[in-house]
Amino acid sequence: MADVSIVVALLLIAAAATVAVATRDPVRQALVLSVMGVVLAVLFTVLQAPDVGLSQLAVGSALTPLLLMLAVRKVRRRGQGKERER
Amino acid sequence: MTRRGRTWLLLAAGAGLAALLVAACLKLPHFGGDRHPYGDRAVRASLARHTANTVSSVNFDQRAFDTLGEMTILFAAVVGCVVLLRQTRDEHRARPEPAEVALPVRRYALVVLPVALLSGLYVVAHGQLSPGGGFQGGVVAATALHLLYLGADHRALERVRPVGAYEVADALAASAYLVTGLAGLIGAGAFLANTLLPYGTFNTLSSGGTVPLLNAAIGMEVACAVVVLLAHFLDQAVEIEEGSGT
Repeated sequence: MADVSIVVALLLIAAAATVAVATRDPVRQALVLSVMGVVLAVLFTVLQAPDVGLSQLAVGSALTPLLLMLAVRKVRRRGQGKERER
Repeated sequence: MTRRGRTWLLLAAGAGLAALLVAACLKLPHFGGDRHPYGDRAVRASLARHTANTVSSVNFDQRAFDTLGEMTILFAAVVGCVVLLRQTRDEHRARPEPAEVALPVRRYALVVLPVALLSGLYVVAHGQLSPGGGFQGGVVAATALHLLYLGADHRALERVRPVGAYEVADALAASAYLVTGLAGLIGAGAFLANTLLPYGTFNTLSSGGTVPLLNAAIGMEVACAVVVLLAHFLDQAVEIEEGSGT
């Protein structure tokens, strides 16, 4: 039973990671990264490491995508401001 | 050095590293086996000091010095971000317009905020007993605070979050960890030694000697560090604009 859930979690991670690489838009990429973070947290929990799973859930699926999206927003605003000046 | 020489050096070093890693992995215990030499010793040491969560015992007792290093890395990273993201002379602040928030989003954010904040604090407080600890709980509590930005707007968030106070608290928490370590050095003869305080009753909040203290210090440090980090990112994303005097 545990083996099956490990394999399923690993396959889901491979799928989510592939989608993250294939996505070109950074905002969508951040969202996919967040989903991948959740799946990774599931894998850690299945492997009986709930401490690491919690860190992964908090950092990988909430904090990192949030920082990425804020950075993207800053870059896009800067682009808009420059266009207005022209 | 020529390009060719550099490539060969890189390949040689990479092959050496790969060989060492493979040799190390061959000696590892098998995946999912029932013999865990390090795990058995860690559990024994953690039970001897009445710490129910062995991972916390490893983090804050057996390898407390490593955690000091990790905390310093986070602290230095946040200081670096604060320096890089500060408002420079050719930038100015523009008050963002109060944004319209969809009612379901507002309701959801304001309902979840206290629950998430409490969960974070709970995870910090029970670090020595159940999975979790200062780092995990700190991040949860700090990100929970930012649901206010989703549910209301940036100004509401700034009102409950004076960044200066969090910066001071961040430094204080980092110092608290160091001071606890120095207390061990003076009182017990080793830096961060966990022999000063009574170990308490197993599986209660006050058990584990200095583990709850260090855990709380890390929780405070991480929560404040994440709040400061997100505050500077938010400032850059929402408030600070380039060009002077527009």
